Amino acid sequence: MKTINLSLASKVMLSIVGLLFIVSLFLPLWRIELDAPQYPEGLTLQLHANKIGGDVDIINGLNHYIGMATLHTENFFEFKILPYIFGAFALIAFALIFINRRKAVFGFLITFVLFVAISGIDFYRWNYEYGHNLDPNAAIIVPGMAYQPPLLGFKQLLNFGAYSIPDTGGWLLTIAGLLLAVIVWLEYKYKKTT
Amino acid sequence: MKNRFLKATFAIVLIGAYFVSCKPKNTSDAAVGDAAQRVYVAPGKYDEFYNFVSGGFSGQMSIYGLPSGRMLKVIPIFSQDPESGWGYSEETKPMLNTSEGFIPWDDQHHLELSQTNGEVDGRWIFANANNTPRIARVDLKRFKTAEILELPNSAGNHSSPFITENTEYVVAGTRFGVPGDYEDGDVPINTYKKNFKAHISFIKVDKESGEMDLSFQLRLPGVNFDLSHAGKGKSHGWFFFTCYNSEQANTLLEVNASQNDKDFIMAVNWKKAEEYIKAGKGKMEKAKYAHNTWDDETHTGKSVIKEEVLVLDAEAMKDVIYLMPCPKSPHGCDVDPTGEYIVGSGKLAALIPVFSYTKMLAAIDKKDFEGDYEGIPVLKYNSVLHGEVQKPGLGPLHTEFDGKGNAYSTMFVSSEVVKWDIKTLKVLDRHPTYYSPGHLCVPGGDSKKPFGKYMIVYNKITKDRYLPTGPELTQSAQLFDISGDKMQLLLDFPTIGEPHYAQAAPADLIRNNGQLKIYDIKKNNHPRVARGEKETKVVREGNKVHVYMTMIRSHFAPDNIEGIKVGDEVYFHVTNLEQDWDVPHGFSIRRAPTAELLIMPGETATLYWKANKVGIVPFYCTDFCSALHQEMSGYIRVSPAGSNVPISYSLGTNLPASSK
Repeated sequence: MKTINLSLASKVMLSIVGLLFIVSLFLPLWRIELDAPQYPEGLTLQLHANKIGGDVDIINGLNHYIGMATLHTENFFEFKILPYIFGAFALIAFALIFINRRKAVFGFLITFVLFVAISGIDFYRWNYEYGHNLDPNAAIIVPGMAYQPPLLGFKQLLNFGAYSIPDTGGWLLTIAGLLLAVIVWLEYKYKKTT
Repeated sequence: MKNRFLKATFAIVLIGAYFVSCKPKNTSDAAVGDAAQRVYVAPGKYDEFYNFVSGGFSGQMSIYGLPSGRMLKVIPIFSQDPESGWGYSEETKPMLNTSEGFIPWDDQHHLELSQTNGEVDGRWIFANANNTPRIARVDLKRFKTAEILELPNSAGNHSSPFITENTEYVVAGTRFGVPGDYEDGDVPINTYKKNFKAHISFIKVDKESGEMDLSFQLRLPGVNFDLSHAGKGKSHGWFFFTCYNSEQANTLLEVNASQNDKDFIMAVNWKKAEEYIKAGKGKMEKAKYAHNTWDDETHTGKSVIKEEVLVLDAEAMKDVIYLMPCPKSPHGCDVDPTGEYIVGSGKLAALIPVFSYTKMLAAIDKKDFEGDYEGIPVLKYNSVLHGEVQKPGLGPLHTEFDGKGNAYSTMFVSSEVVKWDIKTLKVLDRHPTYYSPGHLCVPGGDSKKPFGKYMIVYNKITKDRYLPTGPELTQSAQLFDISGDKMQLLLDFPTIGEPHYAQAAPADLIRNNGQLKIYDIKKNNHPRVARGEKETKVVREGNKVHVYMTMIRSHFAPDNIEGIKVGDEVYFHVTNLEQDWDVPHGFSIRRAPTAELLIMPGETATLYWKANKVGIVPFYCTDFCSALHQEMSGYIRVSPAGSNVPISYSLGTNLPASSK
């Protein structure tokens, strides 16, 4: 039985995908930028694979006025498992070079897209949780007001404008996903022409 | 008839107009037409220069932006400052300690920015205290006084704090001749000539930390040292001082110290003095002076009393000091950017003599002396003179430089500033000032590298320049553009205290020097810090009670304290837990006979308060810190002396019995 091997280009791209997963382990994936009249320099919340970074202490300090729970890395199980998932993804990407099957790559692409979708839902769930689960004794209570940051893009929350976008690591992961898609597309196109 | 009447009226009006126009121009039209644009710094934009201005009898230093003249800050140095708690908090009290105890005030005259290779380096600024001789170092990363060193054997610490071109030394000369502290001072005042001496202090500055150490003092005949500047470039290694009262008068100085046609500029070969010190020619003398240092990590000042000082009898060392005759009680002593020309401003002279360093060296070499003064060689005036600026104006006081070969001198009596060419000594331009200028400042104007764009003149008299405020008027400065051939008056701006000497530097040089925004609370090693609310507590030690308190938007922890008894001495050690830019909190207690504490993010400060009266005493935050600032407050319960109310403290849990 004749099998179709991956092209050299695809293998190179796979190794890049693997590297991107490893590099993004050490970079912030997502950022929520907060701007207010009193914070012209801005405050940033940065989500890494393993921790919450940026001005988290200052943001926690400010959030107590509206009764939002304080953010602590240890309260999120995600930060415990994400590094392993990323490591596994990197290993899979490298392994695929040797497995040398386009079907396997397609399967990985699907897995990655599913991972992104689940992560998005998870992120939304936490945003909702923190934005709505407010201390009823908070100093500032605006009837009907929730403080759920946007999943992606901009939203005004009282005096703060919140802007939620991928950070460096997130962009690298986006590139990794795109590369996987390109590999799959090239490999299946290649098959048709042979 | 009617026609004649009209003609006559017309003639009278004309004649009247002529006389009116004859009157010298009104002051209001002295500024150039587009001055407003040239000093306008739009909201939110930064000024181009920092201007550090001595606060005179306020004892502090004020900072302005140029060209706008907007005041940015007053840094407390030598005077207590209730606004910040400087000199009131337990941590800052040692900074104002002296050999005779705590002194809450001084008269701050001159400032000097630290230099490297003769150029302003933006690390520290040194300040003198005139009344109780002291030198302070202000750290420009924190804009806070980091160190104050008292000077023994000195009185009227006027010719200071001038520095050598790599900040090797800060130099301080005494304005008053007095017997040394190590000598018997119980002498008749009219034995000045015999018993009074003048000491000049050389203070070594640590290259890294900036810490000062009184290295040695030169013992000199009793005269008044007025001002000084270090040589630079070729003349590095020398220091120049103006002296007046060479008559050695001890009473009615305005007459008796104005008798000699010439007093002196004293040239000190400090490298030579260093050699003598190294060779062991100095003598350790008993002295008592305070050295106060601020520790950044404990947020606490420490005062150490030193017991001795190394004194070198400069009269006995024949090649350390030389005198250059200088007309009529010279005041300013300024060295041009090349280090070649020394300008002495005889305040009663009708000319400005300019001395040549090269000629001075040659004259010393040839022993071209006209005699000696108390054993110190006096060089021949004409041998050391580069030339005289003729008819510069009346009452020359101070000179600064623009780095383009020009000098600018203030004329106190004729109330003007005069621009002249250093080489040709020709007067190039003159401009009135309002009124009677003292010092002037060009950014970097006494360094090797002046930034000759602006000049600021600090006036001694203000009169009608601003809206009047009763008998006591504001002090004032005037900003000139000196980038062109003619000086142009751009702006008047009010200042605090009485401004004397000032320094200025490009904003970026100071701004990008690692300036702090907050203090890192993790590095706060105050012995009684509470780095979080969990570390707060109230501890009784006999009749002393220590409260470890924190502040964060918008509450104190604890905010309910009970068990304090009348007669207790309570120390509130208050830590600002904020780690955010521009969130100071204040702390004040009702009827506490002291000032507030103003505490920066990450800092700890201590307020001492003695409980005198039974009752409930509120305390609150004085700096509007957040929307809930008004809620940032607390209560102390004071019980009678013998009471058995136990110490208790809490935040948010001390609720009415009914709601429990």
